[in-house]
Amino acid sequence: MSKRYHPTQPWNWFLQRPAYVKFMVRELTAVVIGLYLIYLLCVLATVGGGEAAFIELAGKLTSTTVRLLHAIALAAALFHSITWFNLTPKAMPVYRGEDRLADPLVAFVMGYLPWIVVTILIVWGVCA
Amino acid sequence: MANETTIRFDIFRYHPQEDEPPRFQSYDVPYQEDWVVLDAINWIKDNVDGTLSYRWSCRMGVCGSCGMVINGEPKLTCAAFLRDYYPNAIRVEPLANFPVERDLVITMDDFMTKLESVNPYIVRDDVDDTSGGEYRQTPAQLAQYKQYSMCINCMLCYSACPVMGHEPEFIGPAALALGHRYNKDSRDQGTSERLEKMMEHEAVWGCTFVGECTEVCPKNVDPAGAIQQAKAAAAQHYFKRLIMPKGAGR
Repeated sequence: MSKRYHPTQPWNWFLQRPAYVKFMVRELTAVVIGLYLIYLLCVLATVGGGEAAFIELAGKLTSTTVRLLHAIALAAALFHSITWFNLTPKAMPVYRGEDRLADPLVAFVMGYLPWIVVTILIVWGVCA
Repeated sequence: MANETTIRFDIFRYHPQEDEPPRFQSYDVPYQEDWVVLDAINWIKDNVDGTLSYRWSCRMGVCGSCGMVINGEPKLTCAAFLRDYYPNAIRVEPLANFPVERDLVITMDDFMTKLESVNPYIVRDDVDDTSGGEYRQTPAQLAQYKQYSMCINCMLCYSACPVMGHEPEFIGPAALALGHRYNKDSRDQGTSERLEKMMEHEAVWGCTFVGECTEVCPKNVDPAGAIQQAKAAAAQHYFKRLIMPKGAGR
């Protein structure tokens, strides 16, 4: 029996194709979002400590570092959400008879539209 | 070939009997605008080096046997035109994530075993009874699976899938898409049995949805989409089986 050559996957496989890089970024944004949620829970716990703790926290939240971390978390959340919304029609195709509805339409109805509505409700609730 | 326009090919070579690691060998091939990579490899085989080994058959994107990695992209060599690469060199390698038999020939035994494991055929209880005539299907029922039935088993999706490289036991895109194709077929009665296999860890749940299988597919099969839909079906099947151990049904 002849000897076969068994290639091995290099450790930096994710750098071989732009799509692999995008995939890794998409997955890693989940870590950023997870860390932000932990941070948010800590903020809520601090707020529960009373008025003095809240005023002290409010002062800290206006610092450049905190603003930068929020910007990073927002960028990660946007990238994660948008890439997944765009993938939704692949996982949940919608047929009308023998015609499959266009992927952008399904992504909008299933992902972007509820996202926009919820965002408006939250902003409205905060501002009201 | 002195005044002839040429294009350079760097081709992966591996000889199993010679105890040497694989190497790349360069060839200068006459540049023809209407040639595809397969034409150039055939020219090398016929005119320069008869020892070069590779698979090919139909030359028109139907048989699925001439898949190779061209400049890092899994492609059918019969559909990759030289004009899309000229004047740059073309690097040809065997499909990734498969053992190499010799040169550009990969071993597909594992793929065939995985393909067989998902029962890629219509399962019927009444297969011996033909008194009812043909099993009819509406255009809407056909549309549910038609896209996934276009697979030509070229294995480009396996080459593009990083999970295959990381977890060789993963059943892989084409086999899972074909399993999903039969699950979506209104004539089939074998969904339950097929899902038992497809819901294993090395089956649908091994997929991390990188999506490159769909991007490289020459027949627009969308294996990535099929696997995500199969995940939903597998989850439903799991809970049905949990609630009704004897009646999950088909």
